[in-house]
Amino acid sequence: MESILQFISTNQQIIYIVILMIFVGIEVIGRVPSVLHTPLMSGANAIHGVVVIGAIIVMGKAATDNYTALILGFLAVVLGTINVVGGFVVTDRMLEMFKKKK
Amino acid sequence: MGLQLLTVCYLVGSVTFILGLKMLSNPATARRGNLVAAAGMIIAVLGTIFLYHNAETGESLHNYGWIFGGLLIGGIIGTMAAKKVKMTAMPEMVSLFNGMGGACAALISLVEFNHLSAELAAGTTESSSVQSTVLIIVLGLIIGSVSFAGSIIAWGKLNGRVKDYSFKGQNILNLIFLAIAIGAAVYLVINPAHQMVLYIILVLSLLYGVLFVMPIGGADMPVVISLLNSFTGVAAACGGFLYDNKVMLTGGILVGAAGTLLTILMCKAMNRSLTNVLVGSFGGSHKNGDAAAAKAQGAYKEISVTDAAMVMSYANRVMIVPGYGLAVAQAQHICHELEKILEEKGVEVKYAIHPVAGRMPGHMNVLLAEADVSYDKLLEMEAANDEFKTTDAVLILGANDVVNPAAKNDPDSPIYGMPILEVEQAKTVIVNKRSMKPGYAGIENDLFFQPKTAMLFGDAKKVLQDLCAEIKAV
Repeated sequence: MESILQFISTNQQIIYIVILMIFVGIEVIGRVPSVLHTPLMSGANAIHGVVVIGAIIVMGKAATDNYTALILGFLAVVLGTINVVGGFVVTDRMLEMFKKKK
Repeated sequence: MGLQLLTVCYLVGSVTFILGLKMLSNPATARRGNLVAAAGMIIAVLGTIFLYHNAETGESLHNYGWIFGGLLIGGIIGTMAAKKVKMTAMPEMVSLFNGMGGACAALISLVEFNHLSAELAAGTTESSSVQSTVLIIVLGLIIGSVSFAGSIIAWGKLNGRVKDYSFKGQNILNLIFLAIAIGAAVYLVINPAHQMVLYIILVLSLLYGVLFVMPIGGADMPVVISLLNSFTGVAAACGGFLYDNKVMLTGGILVGAAGTLLTILMCKAMNRSLTNVLVGSFGGSHKNGDAAAAKAQGAYKEISVTDAAMVMSYANRVMIVPGYGLAVAQAQHICHELEKILEEKGVEVKYAIHPVAGRMPGHMNVLLAEADVSYDKLLEMEAANDEFKTTDAVLILGANDVVNPAAKNDPDSPIYGMPILEVEQAKTVIVNKRSMKPGYAGIENDLFFQPKTAMLFGDAKKVLQDLCAEIKAV
């Protein structure tokens, strides 16, 4: 019990952010028309590619002779970048189709 | 100075993500929203590379060669894949990208845990002081690997490489896997020195991801992808927690929350609950009985291309109902062609779009927009249902479950309650399908056996080409 309280008080800033972001996330897309479900999902998919920043930090902190960390980290950077870049490009391609053509 | 600037970069990143998502949920601003979020992402990534310092040692990042190499390779692969993919294959592409993100999160956890183990072994860190860190690492690992494995299976299912597969007691086995993984995670948090346990958790999570998606039918894949998408968001947020990195945290949680809501909205569009999608998988054991019952329903009527062309060119109003068959056959352009030829003959042509037609909500709109079909010709379900009464001919292109009257009439049907396009109110219904095989829900469609319905078998593209030629000749 005590350790849980300890955990909450040391991380209170983060916990606040998490709770507020949950509400923001729900609020922000609350009224999306069904036409946009797929692009929105794809856009959100690109945004969680922000995980690549973690991969960059892992890479940048790894000792230059720690090959396990380097290889795994390198793989993580590649995969994360595919997620980000691919995600945004695909979303843009989808939305390009929605341009008004009259 | 550098660190303060980095904080600003992350702040900008977080705000652009929120703004981007907001703009993405409105058709007029969607495209700009995507670019806004992308710009924020670039700022956050570049900021990390050049401004990041370790809070304790003050060291900046090194291994720049590896980092830029990774960014370059990933960027090229990502761009190529995203540019080359066909519009019809979009859903699987999103799933695949999502899997990459999940794998990235899982890999970060692996490396960080190795790092932690080394510190523990060297005695520089007490095992009691790292419990919350271990918890976050393990959480990121589990969620990331489930998301990765699940997304790959979803990708395989959408492109037909992986078949639906379920066995008795699969749900229970899944839960057992998950329970063992969680149990092992708890054990690891208490005894962080046992590194082997981490790999057991990894394997169990991957297995769980595979088994979790395996039995879910192709028609429900969008919902699953959306759910896995929000999983990856949470996994990214775990990374943010680990590094006390606000942009990862906000971005991850934002996607986690928005993705969950989006999943629920998609379920609503199909009038089903999430548990129903995840647990009560379509088809499966009870399918055979239904199919046998439907076979007794009698014969269906076939129509030739010439007759179909005749019916349509002498109609006043034609409604086209596109479905996945149109997407597979890449027939959106020829479909637009047919629309133009009919309009030249004075026939009014419109499209009825079911919210979940195709493999993803909005899929049909994207496809038809690609073929230059004007926006105001696309009717949403409610508007279309009002117009079927005054429609002379309905042309169904590879849609099945979304026009199945069983959703309205048969309480025993697995799709009972799903809103459908009420095509049977029109005077004539022409159904183009490749065969009499049932759709993704794996159930027979009474519509095909009704007297006003005529079947026009063949690949959608081929049939539409023939139709165009015939109508021109009329």
